[in-house]
Amino acid sequence: MPDSECILKTRSLTKRYGSITAVDSLDLEINRGEVFGLLGPNGAGKTTTTLMLLGLTEPSAGSASILGWDCTRNPISVKRVVGYLPDNMGFYAHMTGRENLRFTGRVNGLSEKKIEERIKELTERVGLSEAIDRRTGGYSKGMKQRLGIADILMKDPEILIMDEPTTGLDPEGTRALMELVRTLSVEEHKTVLISSHQLFQVQQVCDRVGIFVKGKLEASGPIGELGRQLEQSGMYTIEIMASPGGEPLLDLIRGVEGVEEIEPEHDVLLVRSSTDTRYPLMKALIDAGFRPEHLRQRGSDLDEIYRRYFDKGGDSHGTDDVAKAQKRFGRKVRA
Amino acid sequence: MSQKPRSASAGKYERDRRARSTGFSALYHKELADHVHSARFYIVFSLLILTSAAAFAGALSGMQAAIQQSPDFIFLKLFTTSGNSIPSVASFLAYLAPLTGIVLGFDAISSERTQGTLNRLASQPIYRDTLIIAKFMAGFTVILVMSLAIGVMVVGLGLVTVGVVPGPEEIARALIYLIYTAVYMALWLALAIFFSVVCKHAATSALIAISIWIYMTLFHSMVSGIIGNLVFPVNGITGLDNLLNNYLLSLNLSRISPYYLYIEAISIILNPNMRALFVASQQAVSGAIAGYLSLDQSLLLIWPHLTAMLAAALTMFGISYVKFIRQEIRA
Repeated sequence: MPDSECILKTRSLTKRYGSITAVDSLDLEINRGEVFGLLGPNGAGKTTTTLMLLGLTEPSAGSASILGWDCTRNPISVKRVVGYLPDNMGFYAHMTGRENLRFTGRVNGLSEKKIEERIKELTERVGLSEAIDRRTGGYSKGMKQRLGIADILMKDPEILIMDEPTTGLDPEGTRALMELVRTLSVEEHKTVLISSHQLFQVQQVCDRVGIFVKGKLEASGPIGELGRQLEQSGMYTIEIMASPGGEPLLDLIRGVEGVEEIEPEHDVLLVRSSTDTRYPLMKALIDAGFRPEHLRQRGSDLDEIYRRYFDKGGDSHGTDDVAKAQKRFGRKVRA
Repeated sequence: MSQKPRSASAGKYERDRRARSTGFSALYHKELADHVHSARFYIVFSLLILTSAAAFAGALSGMQAAIQQSPDFIFLKLFTTSGNSIPSVASFLAYLAPLTGIVLGFDAISSERTQGTLNRLASQPIYRDTLIIAKFMAGFTVILVMSLAIGVMVVGLGLVTVGVVPGPEEIARALIYLIYTAVYMALWLALAIFFSVVCKHAATSALIAISIWIYMTLFHSMVSGIIGNLVFPVNGITGLDNLLNNYLLSLNLSRISPYYLYIEAISIILNPNMRALFVASQQAVSGAIAGYLSLDQSLLLIWPHLTAMLAAALTMFGISYVKFIRQEIRA
């Protein structure tokens, strides 16, 4: 089992661009063998954080260290043990996948024999064996991403930092990628830091997640724990649906004691309250002659956690969803 | 199981030196291979070879007249003689050398950026300057090889067609000329690399570099002349007094252009008959023995040109180096 040795640590890491604070005194500790998900919307400062971890950007204040090496002062040592998969990883289009990997191996100072061995092993592992001798100019996004994974594994890093690794991948590609991450973590005790805004896709593989909004780490911990934290802070979200729906149903729910906000989402209504209103809701529905079709308390899944923290951070997350639902239901309803 | 964290200081310098050299050699070899396999290398190289061959053919037709004028250093005349309204090998090279440098360097950094490979390189354990040094060195290697190849071609054709065997001094002069040409190309390479660092798009960088090339080669002397005439008019009552100043100002302004500097230098090095680059007074010329300058005297004459060109190339590279190091690599 992975021990709890702290492998990556940031201490009040801050980055300012002029008057904008991209990362605001971030304190992060990641242990060996852990998969950590840094989740947040676009522009939250995730990429800036990863760049500072690699010493590519200088922090305005604070420090970051990996395996005891200061990321700003000793970037070469850090880069020797860190594999970084950037958002838009590129390859030399005129070279084949194999030549690209070989080049990375050489830059890392591996012996030619070792390079060929690792290329063989890694291409099989990421499932790119038949395309490896084609020029990367013709690769699809998914193939490029797989080649990117192979590329950062060439140097056999101890830590993998992936910036939005699932962007542009189909569901099958995402699943395979997440499985690979899991294997790397469990079988090889690699430490993985995934930064993403696609929570569902990374949710299953992360041991811990950090919610990162506007440069601030709003919360971090195992997903279940984050859910419990929310419950304790007195926020309940209940999904409900009953027939017949429409305006009378909304009126009824609005009348139930404790209900603070109703928001249509896809086929259900989301009812927010500070107390547990499940029973009063059910009772009211049955008393009024509605037939309940669906009732579930949300809160334990990441989406809700994420949404909640975004709201706290003052971010209007999920506007698209709301807009779509509003079209369907006619208007946004507030109690 | 898990490893212990390594000690941060032990062998750090040794490792860093190793990182620098492995990173450099990997990048240098890749860049060299890229150049040699690229279509643009073939295009520019065949352009140089073909124009040189054409100019050589022209030189052969004008050779007889040139030899009648002065029968020595026939071999060097292969470079400088023009005939049949075709410019000489040397002047063709002077026109096209900048293009070679620009073609090899205009997208050096910007292509890495647009391809997304700069990110990838930046996350490897290499120093960032290794990249730009490797690019410049690989480009310079290609340039040097091209320049020497043209020299060898002219020597070979000269042996076959004219049958003259170059003497040691001629070989030395030709060699200096070719290396100087390579340095001149390197200046343009450095300039092109600079624009590839500064400009986002390769096309912008290429266009700027090409317009500078055209200006420096074709128009700069005219502008210098105009400025000279404005400051020191040569007509009117003070015209005679201004004559020397006018000439000096125009000359010095012209020398800002690397093209002019290059032309001056190679005309001395390829023609031992040329004795001065500057106005010589009647007194200085009278009593001078008509003869050729020896190699060291020719070199002495153009030493400032050689060092200035080298300094310009290195300074230009230095500027792009600093610019690149300071740039932030954003994903």
